[in-house]
Amino acid sequence: MAEIAKPVEKWIGSVKEVKLGDDGRESVILGGETTLPFLHFEGAMPNRPLVAVEIHDIEPSGWPPLLLSAWGGVVKAPVLWAKAAVQGGADIIVLRLRSAHPEAGNTGADEAKRVVDKLLGAVSVPLIIMGPEVTEKDNEVLLAASEVARGVRIGLGRCTEKNYRTIAATCLVNNHVAIASTPNDVNLAKQLNILLHEVGLPLDSIIHEPSTGALGYGLEYTYSVLERLRLSALIGDEMMAVPVMCSVGEESWRQKESRSTEGIPVAWGDNEQRAITWEALTALPLVTAGASIVVLRHPQTVAMLKAAIDKLMKPDI
Amino acid sequence: MSKQLTGIQIYKYLPKTNCKKCGYPTCLAFAMKVAQKAEDVALCPDLSDEARQFLGDAARPPVRPVNIGVEKKITVGDEVVLFRHEKRFYHPPALVVKVKDTEPLDAMTRLVREVSNYSVERIGLQLNLDGFALLNESGDSAKFAELVAVVNDNTELPLIIMSSNPEAMKLALEKTAQHKPLIYAATSDNYKEMAQLALDYQCPLAVSEKGGLSQLAELSELVSQQGVADIIIDPGADDFSHSINILTQLRRLAINMNVSSLGYPIITFPGDVAASPEEEILLAAQHITKYAGIIVLNNFSPAAVYPLLVLRLNIYTDPQKPIQVAPGVYNINDPKEASPLAVTTNFSLTYFSVAGEVQSSGFPVWLLVCDTEGMAVLTAWAAGKFSAASIASAVKKYGVDNNIKHRSLIIPGYVAVIKGALEEELPGWEIMIGPRDAIDIGNYLKQKWLA
Repeated sequence: MAEIAKPVEKWIGSVKEVKLGDDGRESVILGGETTLPFLHFEGAMPNRPLVAVEIHDIEPSGWPPLLLSAWGGVVKAPVLWAKAAVQGGADIIVLRLRSAHPEAGNTGADEAKRVVDKLLGAVSVPLIIMGPEVTEKDNEVLLAASEVARGVRIGLGRCTEKNYRTIAATCLVNNHVAIASTPNDVNLAKQLNILLHEVGLPLDSIIHEPSTGALGYGLEYTYSVLERLRLSALIGDEMMAVPVMCSVGEESWRQKESRSTEGIPVAWGDNEQRAITWEALTALPLVTAGASIVVLRHPQTVAMLKAAIDKLMKPDI
Repeated sequence: MSKQLTGIQIYKYLPKTNCKKCGYPTCLAFAMKVAQKAEDVALCPDLSDEARQFLGDAARPPVRPVNIGVEKKITVGDEVVLFRHEKRFYHPPALVVKVKDTEPLDAMTRLVREVSNYSVERIGLQLNLDGFALLNESGDSAKFAELVAVVNDNTELPLIIMSSNPEAMKLALEKTAQHKPLIYAATSDNYKEMAQLALDYQCPLAVSEKGGLSQLAELSELVSQQGVADIIIDPGADDFSHSINILTQLRRLAINMNVSSLGYPIITFPGDVAASPEEEILLAAQHITKYAGIIVLNNFSPAAVYPLLVLRLNIYTDPQKPIQVAPGVYNINDPKEASPLAVTTNFSLTYFSVAGEVQSSGFPVWLLVCDTEGMAVLTAWAAGKFSAASIASAVKKYGVDNNIKHRSLIIPGYVAVIKGALEEELPGWEIMIGPRDAIDIGNYLKQKWLA
C-alpha cells in the first residue's frame, strides 16, 4: 500500500512577534508561529505560550477563600505575592491596580508609581499592569505606571476603544506594549488593532485580549474566536496577527462552580478539585486554540498548565 | 474523488425535471440542499443508477459513523469539519471509564454502579458518562469473562471489551455480544481472528496500530477487506504533543483528503500516558477539543468529570444556533406587585446565570427575558437586538406593567449606556443600572432594592 504522507497545509502568514521586558531585565517573546498551535510537523512555533499570574496591589475582594488560602498571607503584600508567583512558575506577573478603584481606596498616580516601582525592583520577569477599569482612573494610574517603568517594556491594559489614543501614545513614548481588549469578536479585535496602528503603534507592540468566556460560560465562543484569529493570521491578515492573551482566572473564579461550597449537587464533587479543574479546563483549550498568554489565579493551575505546555512544545516526530 | 461536491456538480446528475417529488420546487434547489448535506440525495425518486452510484459514494461521510451498544448507544464519527466555526461538531466523544479484571470484583461493581448513576444537570440538560472499557489485564480468560458478566448485570451503558487474546475475547463476547460492545482491538498479530469475531458476533471493531499513519491505514484496510465495516481506530495517541499532531493529521486526512482507510472515529487513553490523575483530565480535555471519538478514563472523580462534561457540551454546541430560552416574563421566588423587575436576554447561559443568582438570593423578582435571538447581553447590544427600543417593546408586549405597581426597571450593567434612551422610550419609568455580572445580583438587590 502507498505510503500516507502527513497532511501539511501551506500558510503564507505568521503571528507577529511581540517582546515583553527590556532594558536589561528578563524578557520574553510572544507569537512568531507559522502554523496552527503545536502542529510541529507543519511549521514553526518559536515561542512557547506563557503562564501569567494575576496579583492585586491590595488584598483582593470577592475571591473565594480556597483561592486566597492557596497563596496565604502574601495576598496582602504585592511584592511578596509576586515573588511567590515567580517561584511557583509565573512567566509574567499581571498586576491589577485595584486600590485605584473609587470603591476600593481611590488611590492615584503616586500609589501606582510606588507599587510598580517596588515590583520592578523585586522581580525580574516581565510585568503587565491593569487598571481598575474605571476610565478616568485607568488613564491616571496606567500613565503613572508607564512613566515609572519607562523603557522596560511592560504591558498596559486594558486598552479599549475608549482610551486607545492615550495608551498608544504612552506605549510609544515609554517603549511599552498595549493590551488591546475587545468584546469576544474577530472583527472588533481587528478594528482595535487597526485603530492602534493608525495612531502609530506598531503591531509588534500590541497584544490582543478578547473578553474570555469561562468553561460553561461561553468558553466555546472565545475558543472559536481564537481559532479564527489564528487562521486569519496564517492566511496573511496582519491586522489579526498579534499574539493573544486570555484572562482565564478572572472569569473562571467568578463562576459558581468555583465559588460555591454549600448546597451544591453531589455530582459536582470536591470543591477545591472542581474549582481548580474549572480554571485549568478553561485555560488549556484556549492555549490549544492559540492563546500566547493565559492569566491564572491558582498556584496549582499554574503548575498544571506549565507542565502541559512543556509537553505540547515537544516536537512530535 | 473531490472532498465535497458543489450544488452544481450534483445538479448535473439529477433528472432536471423540477417534478417537486423531493419536496423542493426545483432540482437545483434540491441539489443545493444535498451539497450542504442537509438532505439525502435518495429523496429523488427518479435518479439514474449511474447517478445513484456516483452521488452515493460522494455522500459517504468522511468519518464513518459508528454505533456501540443497542438500547443505550454511543454514536461517534460522522464529522465534517476541522473547526467548529466552519459548521459544527456533531457527535460528542464518548467518555467511558476503564475497569480492570485485576481489581476486586466488588469494588469494580460499586464503581460501575456509581458511574452508571452519575448524572449532572446543566442548563436543563442531564450530562452523563457513556460506558465502560473492560480490560483483561490478568491475561486470564475466565476471570475476564466473569468481570464482563458482572458488569453486564450492573449497567445498561455500552461496553468496550479489551483483550489482545482472541480466546478471551470470544468468551467475553459470549456473555455480552447481544449488547453490541466494541471489540478492542485488532492488531497486526491478531487481526484475522479479531475481524472474524467482529463478523460472527456483529460487533464494531477497534484497530490498534501505533506504528504511524501508513501502518494504521494498512491494518484498517485489511480488516475492512475481511468484511468489517464499523471500525474505530487507535493510533496510539501519546502525550499532549503527539496527540494534537496525530489526531489533527487523521482528521485532515479523513476530511480534506478523503483517505477512507483512516476515516473512522478515534479512541484515546489519556490516563495511560498521563503522569497524574490531574494530567489525565487535561489530556482528556484536549482530546475532546481535538479530535477524539471515544476517550477512556482511568480515574473517575465527579469533580473532574463534571468540568469535562461541560467542556464537551461547550465544544459540541452548534455555533450557528445558540441555545435559547423562550422570551417572556419569568416569576422567580414568587414575586408580588412591589417586587423588582429586571431585564435580560434569552441566551440560555445568560438566562440561567441570572435566574440562578436571583433564585439563590432569595429575592422575589420579575425577570423579563427579551428575544435577542439567543445572543448574550453585550453581543445582543452590539447587534442592536438589545436596544432601548427592543427592551421597551418587550415591556409593552409582555404586559409587565400589569404585574407591578412601581415603574422601575433594572438593566444589566453592561448596557448602562442605554439608560437615557430607555427613559425616553418608557416615559415615567425609572431605569436602574444593575450589576455587570450575574454573580453580583444578590449583593445588588440587597444594597439597592432594600435601601
